[in-house]
Formats: sequence, C-alpha cells, structure tokens
Amino acid sequence: MSSVLAIELVGISKRFGPVAANRDVSLSVAAGSIHGIVGENGAGKSTLMSILYGFYEADAGEIRIAGAPCRIRSPADAIAAGIGMVHQHFMLVETLSVVENVVLGAEGGAFLKSGVGKARAALARLSQDYGLAIDPDAIVGDLSVGLQQRVEILKALYRGAEILILDEPTAVLTPAEADQFFALLRALKAQGKTVILITHKLREIMDVTDRVSVMRRGEMVAHVATAETSLPALAEAMVGRRVLLRVEKEPRERGAPVLEAVGLSCRDGRGTETLKDVNLTLHAGEIVGIAGVAGNGQSELLEVLAGLIQPSRGVIRLGGQILAAADRHPARLRDRGLMHIPEDRHRSGLVTAFSAAENAILGYQHDPAFGSGPLLSPARIEAHAREAFAAYDVRPPDPALKTAKFSGGNQQKIVLAREIERGPKVLLVGQPTRGVDIGAIEFIHRRLVALRDAGVAILLVSVELEEVMALSDRIIAMCGGRITGERVAEQADERDLGLLMAGVTDEAA
Amino acid sequence: MSAVPVDLPRWADVALVPLVSVIAALFVAGLVVVGIGENPLEATALLLRGALGSAEGMGFTLYYATNFIFAGLAVAVAFHAGLFNIGGEGQATVAGIAMAIACLAFSALPGFLAAPFAILAAAAGGAAYAFIPGWLQARRGSHVVITTIMLNFVAATLIVYLLREIIGKPGSMQPETPNFPAQAVLTPMHQWLAPFGIDLPSTPLNTAFLLALMALVAVWLLIWRTRLGYAIRTVGANPRAAAYAGISPATVTMIAMAISGALAGGLAVNEALGVQHRLVLDFTAGYGFVGIAVALMGRGHPVGVGLAAMLFGVLYQGGAELSFDKPAITRDMVVVIGGVLVLFAGALDGLFRRLVASVLHSGREAA
Amino acid sequence: MDLLQLIAVILDSTIRLSIPLICAAMAGLWSERAGVVDIGLEGKMLIAAFASAVAAFVTGSAWVGLGAGILAALALSLVHGFAAITWRGNQIVSGVAVNMLAVGLTIIFGNAWYGQGGRTPSLEGPARFGEITLPFARWAREHVPGLGLIYDEVVSGHAAPAYIALLCVFITAFTLKRTRFGLRIRAVGENPAAVDTAGISVAGLRYGAVGICGLLCGIGGTYLAVAQSAGFLPHMTAGRGFIALAAVIFANWRPWPALGAGLLFGLLDAVAIRLQGVTLPGIGLVPVEAIQALPYLMTVVLLAGFIGKATPPRASGLPYVKER
Repeated sequence: MSSVLAIELVGISKRFGPVAANRDVSLSVAAGSIHGIVGENGAGKSTLMSILYGFYEADAGEIRIAGAPCRIRSPADAIAAGIGMVHQHFMLVETLSVVENVVLGAEGGAFLKSGVGKARAALARLSQDYGLAIDPDAIVGDLSVGLQQRVEILKALYRGAEILILDEPTAVLTPAEADQFFALLRALKAQGKTVILITHKLREIMDVTDRVSVMRRGEMVAHVATAETSLPALAEAMVGRRVLLRVEKEPRERGAPVLEAVGLSCRDGRGTETLKDVNLTLHAGEIVGIAGVAGNGQSELLEVLAGLIQPSRGVIRLGGQILAAADRHPARLRDRGLMHIPEDRHRSGLVTAFSAAENAILGYQHDPAFGSGPLLSPARIEAHAREAFAAYDVRPPDPALKTAKFSGGNQQKIVLAREIERGPKVLLVGQPTRGVDIGAIEFIHRRLVALRDAGVAILLVSVELEEVMALSDRIIAMCGGRITGERVAEQADERDLGLLMAGVTDEAA
Repeated sequence: MSAVPVDLPRWADVALVPLVSVIAALFVAGLVVVGIGENPLEATALLLRGALGSAEGMGFTLYYATNFIFAGLAVAVAFHAGLFNIGGEGQATVAGIAMAIACLAFSALPGFLAAPFAILAAAAGGAAYAFIPGWLQARRGSHVVITTIMLNFVAATLIVYLLREIIGKPGSMQPETPNFPAQAVLTPMHQWLAPFGIDLPSTPLNTAFLLALMALVAVWLLIWRTRLGYAIRTVGANPRAAAYAGISPATVTMIAMAISGALAGGLAVNEALGVQHRLVLDFTAGYGFVGIAVALMGRGHPVGVGLAAMLFGVLYQGGAELSFDKPAITRDMVVVIGGVLVLFAGALDGLFRRLVASVLHSGREAA
Repeated sequence: MDLLQLIAVILDSTIRLSIPLICAAMAGLWSERAGVVDIGLEGKMLIAAFASAVAAFVTGSAWVGLGAGILAALALSLVHGFAAITWRGNQIVSGVAVNMLAVGLTIIFGNAWYGQGGRTPSLEGPARFGEITLPFARWAREHVPGLGLIYDEVVSGHAAPAYIALLCVFITAFTLKRTRFGLRIRAVGENPAAVDTAGISVAGLRYGAVGICGLLCGIGGTYLAVAQSAGFLPHMTAGRGFIALAAVIFANWRPWPALGAGLLFGLLDAVAIRLQGVTLPGIGLVPVEAIQALPYLMTVVLLAGFIGKATPPRASGLPYVKER
C-alpha cells in the first residue's frame, strides 16, 4: 500500500438547521486502498461523503486531494478532481439507455454522435478490464439492481474517477451479486483506484477493507487498520452504548397461537415476488423478532399482516379464524385487536402537519369515543391525547402542538401510545427505535416487554440486529423474501444469524 | 434559498403572509394602472366608493362575493384532499344545465318545493360532473388537473349545443332558456328583507347569499368537525398514512371531488336561479378560475375564503363602477389582480413566507 | 367543387388551424420533458398574439411583431420559471396565474391603447404575414394532376411563421434525440438528481427548456394574430393552448406524434367549421359541438387508460429539492 494520501479531510463541520450532521470530522485515505467508513444510520457518513462530492458545502474545514487543498463546490468540481460517487439510491435515468446514462454530463460535444461512439469503445474496454459486461443499448429501467449498480460504477470510471465513493453498495444486492461486487472492488484496487466504502455492515468491512474509520453521532471516533481490529471492537466503537441494549426480561411461558400465516406470498407492483411462502405462528405473550438486511421482505410481511397490501397467495388466521379478503383491511383488523406500529412513522404512521391530538386518533377516527355520529369532538380528542401523553411521557405534553415539532422519540411515543393503549391482542412493530434518542429507546423497549408479559403477541421487525436479539423470545431470519431459519433468542448468536440473513439456510449448511 | 422549510408563527402563517401577498398584488395592479396612464390612488378611491360607498354598491359587492364564496369553497374542499380542481367552471356549467332542466321539466312544482328542488338539481349536476374526474383519478390514475381542464371545454361546448338545440327558448336568437317558473327562482334580498322593515335598494343580491354563508359554515364543520373531514385532510396531507389508518384514498378522492363540484354548482344557483332567472351562455364568466385565487388566499379555510371572496366582490363591483368613470380601467383589472394573487399567494408562497420570516426575524433581533 | 378540390381545401385549413396547436404542443413538450408542467401555454400564446399585433401595427412590420410576440411569451415563461424552478412553487397554480394574467393584461392594455374593447387595429400590408407561394406551385397545379393541386393548395401558400413552426418540429425532434442539450433535458425531466450529481445545473436546464417553451408559444401566438387574423381579439386563443396540452399527452411527450396530434385536432376543427350549418341526410343538422369537443374527450379517455397509456416524464410537476 502506498503512503501517498488520495484524500484528506480536515476539520469538516456541517449543520442542517439545528442538527449538526458533521462535527470537526477528519479523515485520511491512502491512495490505492479500500477504506471503510462505518457508523449507524444517521451517524453522518452520507453527509460527509456528500460534502466530498460537492453536493453540499461544508460550513468549516478543508479538503485536500493528493495533498493539494481543493475547493469542491459542486459535483462538477468533484468530477474534475477525479472523484466519482455511487449513491445508495442510484442516480440513473431509467428511461435512457446504458450508454446515454454513462455519457450524461460528459457528452464530449454538442452532438451526441461522436461522444456516444467514444463511450461505447470506452465501455467495451472498461468491461474487459474489470469484468463488467453490460449491453450499452439496454434501457436502464429494464436492468436488475445489480446491473444498475454496474452502470453507476461505469459512469464514474468513464469520467476518469481515481477515487470512488460507494454509499451502502450492498444494501440492495443479493448475496451472489455482493460477491461479484467485492471481486470488483479488489480489481479496482489492483488498478490503483482508491475506494471509499460506506456501510453499516461490519462483516463487509472486515472482509474487504484495508483501513476503517468509525463515525458516531456526526463525529469521527476511530481510525484503525482493518487487520488490527475485530468485529466486536468495531461494533462497540460504532454503537458506543452496548450496555444499554440489555433489556430486563423474565422468561415467560408463551400462550396459545394468536396469529398464523401459512404459505404467504406477495408481489410488488412490478410483479417481483417480495414474499415467498412464509409460514409463521405468533403466540400470546411472546416477542418474535425478524432478523434481516433491509429489503428482504420484512416490510412486506408487516404490511401484508397489517392489511396494507394483499398477499398473492396464502392464508392468515387471526385468533384461529381465517381472514377473508374483506377482513384484511387495516380498520377491520384494528377492530379485531391487531395493531400496527409502522416502520416509518413519517411516511405512514403520522400526519406531521396535524396536531399531536389529531394524530393520536389516526386509525381510530371512527371510534364513537371521539364524537357522536358523523361529528368529531375536539374536546374529547384533546382530553384523550392529554391522558395518553401523560401515560407515555410524551414531551411536551401539548396536544395542540403540530406533530412535526416533536422530536423523533416523542413522535414515536405518540404512535406507540395510540396503538398500545387499546389493549391489542397482536402488535406488529416495525423499527420501533429508528431515529429515536436513547432515553426513549429504553422507554419503548420496556413498554414492549411489559406488553409481552401481559400476554400480547408481538412481531418485531428491526434492522438493528442487537435490538432484535435483546427483545425477542424467538428470532426468525429472512432473506430474499423467504424465512431462512429460526432460533430461540437465548441460543442465538450474531454470527449464526448473520449467516441465515445472508441466505445460508440450515439445510444448506 | 434552502430546502429547510420556513417556520412561521401561526398568526403570521394564516394572516400576515396572505395580507402581504394581497398588498403586493394590489401594488402590481397599481403599476398596471400607472402603465395605462391613470392615477392608481384616484382609481382606488373610486373603486372603494363604488363597492362600499352606498347600500346599492354593497348589495352588488355581496352578490359578486356570493359567486366567489361558492367557487372558492369548491377549490378549497378539493385542496384539503390534496386535489386541484380546476374544473369549477365546467362543473358550474353542468350544474346550471341540470338546474335548468329540472326547472323547466318540473315547472308545476309548488313554490316551497320548486326552489329547493332546483338547488338540489344544481348541486347534483355539479357533483356528478366533478365525480367523473374524481373517479378517473381514483380508479384509473388520470390526473385530476388535466381531466378537469378538458372537461371544462366539454361542458362549454355541451351548453352551446343544448341551448341551441334542446333547452333553448323557442324562437330566440339568444343562447338562453325560457324563463324559469316564478315560484322556483330565489327572492332578491331587498324583497326578502322588506317585511322586516329593512329597506334596501334593488340589487341582484338574493337569498343565494344566505346559502353561501351557510356553505361556509357547513364546509368548516365538514373539514374540521367531522370524521369525513378528518379522512379528507388525512388523504390530502399524507395518503400513505390514510391507507395505514384504514381510510381509502380512492373513496375520499371521489367524495371530495363530488362535494367540490356540488359547491361549484352554487355559482349556477346564484347566477341563474337568483339573478337571471334563466340559463344563459357563459354565465360562469370566469368566476370558477377566480375561485382558485380565493381559495389560495383564504388558505383553504372558510373564514379566509369568506374574506377573500369579499375582497374580490369589492374589486368586481368597484371595478365596474370605476370603468364608468375611467373607461380605460376595465373590469378585467380584477382578472389581473386575481392572476397576480394566484401567483403570489399560491406559486410564490415560498418567496413571501421567506420575506415575512426575514422581516420578523430582523424585527426580533432589533428588539 | 370536385372531391379533390374539397379535400385540398380542408387540408389547407387543417394546416392553418394546426400551426398554433403545433407551436404550443412543441412548447409544452419542451417544458414538460424538462420536468416543468405548463398549463400556461394558452396564456403565453395569448400575450404573444397581443404583443405581436401591437408591435406589427406600430412598426408596420410583421417580423417586428414576431419578435415582440416572442419576447412577451418569454416574459411570462420566466414568471413561470421563477415560481416553479427558483421558488419551487406549485406549477399548476403558477400556470393558472399565467393564464389569468394574460387574459386580463391583454384586454386592459388593448382597451387603454385602442379603445375597441381590447381589439387591436386591423393589420394591413407588410404589417401582416402574407402567404408565401412556394416555387412551381402555380405551374404544378396546372401541369401535375392531383398532386399539383395538393402542393399548391396545401403545402404552398402559408405565412412565414407556419413554415418556421414546422421547422421547429424538426429541430425539436433532432435536438431532443441527438444533442447533448436534448439528452440532458430528457434526463432532467426523469431524474433531476441524476443530472445534479453529474455536475449539471438542474435549474439551468429547466430555465432553458422553459425559455424555449416561451419562444415557441411566441411563434404560435404571433401566427394567430399577425398571420391567420389581421389583429388581436380578446380571448383569441380560445382554448388552443389546452388542446395543445392534449396533443402533448396524446403524443406521449414525443415530438413527431405531437405533430400528428396537432394536425389531427386541426383537421377536426377544419371539418367542424366546414360542417357548420350543414344538414346531412339521416343525421340532420350536424352537431358541430360534438366535433369540437372531441379533442378534449379523446384526451380524457386516453388519460383514463381505455386506449393506450399516457406516461408523463417521471419528475414532471415536481420541484427539485436536494435530498439530505
């Protein structure tokens, strides 16, 4: 490894309104190396890379490329400095062809003909150098996700990128695609390119990087050579609050089956099967956690069970009764005691433009308690919210305040209060602590355990494996829409679950 | 300019920003007046005197405001469901046709039934014609903006055809229906109030105005005090949250559009049943479009819509008086002001909010 | 009049009636392909018609009129761009405002300046675009049977802006498909973030497209007032901007099909005018309104997905905000 530095970031700070996304962050990346940056969601990795790529300008700090100070005010500057970036959400135009996407912004003249010709030749060469075969005239929207990522990388290489930033590149890949991708990374390194790999998957970091930097809450907390660190050490640096994830939980005898899914499958709008033949039984008084990398069918499972999307095949039984199509409707299911805390409170769990009190009845707007006949009673809605907010320690306890003005933790408590207070029989919980502060995390965890102790059947989906492990009685791993295995929580370990989440099933092993 | 939304105190949001945009719009209108060589201050004085300076002027002002209340409420209700109903003109036209057919076909109805029946017919006609784009949006995904625009033109050709061939007054060269039966038409306010000892000059102001006031209250109740209103607002603010809450965005879209169209039908009630006592071509006269300005300026709230409708009533009536004295300033000035207001209070809302926010902020720092 | 003659006359008026539609359709196509929805085509054509008529009358030159028409439409385009691009306002609302402004301003200024209820004085001589007779038109008519007549009646004998408009279709199609600018426009209407990360200014591209939209509306409006008519009349666009919008939707946002849709709607109009007051055996008096309503009805049916499918550019109507 050469000792020349491809990139130095010195004292980078960036605020978005009141939020400090990056605080005095420094980073050195050696040329020709693969450098990992890890951190939890919201740790500031993406912001830092967006600054390096000129998407935002830092409030303070300096960027040096190959030793020379460099002002990067726009992606055009970054491209000129030899930096290429592959975003987590691809920056591709789906209606255009591969070659058109590749030349976009680097057309080489006012008319496309010559530039596109040159790009074709260059693509053929790059394909050979890196084993990135692709049809230049294919329409990007028709390509698989793995191939689309390939187009993104080709785009950067075509622009002569020497430094490649990859933001969560494997989040969307199948295990096989991911393996190909890692081979590509090594090929890039062999050709002398510098790669910055942003991820929250520690195993990847251990497998492929030379050095790794750890971010936490907008700050850089560690820089180490990968060979000199270990998975647990990285995890600890990343999380920094390991102790907190001990949830007090007594063993408890589980009750009768409450929710059963048999042979559940489902397709998305494009016809791709997102859920494949899932069988699941949820008993009273247990927490079943779903472990899986985001996008492996967990969200669909929650939404099918909550009646938000319809399965293409399969049967759901609630309290022993098969649910007819008409019953698989959120309102009907709520009436029967199946409540749902959705994964993304902003997208579907709350109407942030409404007052907190109004959000506290979302989904229960037809409850006779909140009015008479077709009318709603603001007084009763407010009184209800006051009571609920006091019980769930929502701060500030002001029902008239617009929901957007509450912190993430308190917004989540509003949702929690709403779904729990009516005594659910079954509770579906998605990402209960995403974007929630530590105090609220503890509160939410304790509530969930208390519910389980009171005999509620809880299905927990979380991308935080530690959370799943700490809360669950049983853990079910999912990969590619399938259930790949099941473990009793006390006997589960991270490594074993990681294999299941990667699709290595018990049968295969 | 940044992506961070401007955060304003509530009073500034609901009152100050619209006020600033109105003042700015009037200022632009003043520039236009200067541009055609007239004195804007003099014009303003004439306008205000014409609109508010006499009982007769007031009567006309309120009569115009009646149209704007209906048109504004129609747009506002759809707004709350996240829909942009540009079809007020077409819906009012079809409402007028339905009402005319009802009046002419059931001319034998007794007095206490005839008017309510005609009004219901208008509401049903408007609702049905708005339901079509609502259904197309909900079930077929066709964008309501484009379909309502297209249906406006369809309604415009439909009424020409019907007035000429089917429901036109026999022997008349004018595109109009025969007069509605006397017991069906609405009472002018000056007659209605006379028994109470209130003596008003004769103006087109009629009991449709009371209907408009009732509509304001009814819409307020609907949007903020009913379960349906809650569903409408949820769909408008976050359709995913609505689906999560068991509310069907598709159903709400269709219902909201139908209500919106029924309200647009109020235009026909005021104009045809209240004033002209027959259906004439082009009776909607662009009120439907000004309704967009009214709704935007009123921030979709009935109180705001009422105030904005009054403002446009003043501009319309005052503008008419003004054009007597100053023939150069025609009533089309109101359309210009409406356009500027739609631009300022609607499309450039972000600019004005920022403006107000920065003024408030610097004021706070100075204090 | 024999059948060929009748067809030639109808096709000739089809072209005349189509030109404003084609201009506005190309205008809308540019704007919407770049991601800026424009329901203000009508207003921009209207103000161009007014400005061109006034300028042509004052200077006595139709070409100065064309310049003025383009400038006026450009000005309204910039208003729309300022609201929609710079301030990320609602593009529909902004379009409504543009239409209202155009209607009001043209009548007020027309009335203030000429006092004829908004009309402008009649244009004569070089103040109006005359008909251009293409080479050999007369000769072909006499010597080539059939085609010669069509050439003389239909292809030849239109005003200069008409030929400019047809040229614009070609330029639009070529530019979108084969040039750097066109590629970027197509990209920015589908995924502005991709354009931004490629180091290209989203706002710059969109302003460019909105400017071209204004230019084309200017040509269309000028044709109406200074070529087709001899002056400006209030409301003279009479919904053509919206029919053009329909044509764009019909053509699925592609230039050549948009030309086709423009011609089709022009043909419908020509036929309707031809059949005004005509009694056909078995049908009676032809309901001309039905033909006039056809473009609008067809668009609604198309949008409903009963025939084919209209897929607008994915980012159209959405202001571009950088994701955090």
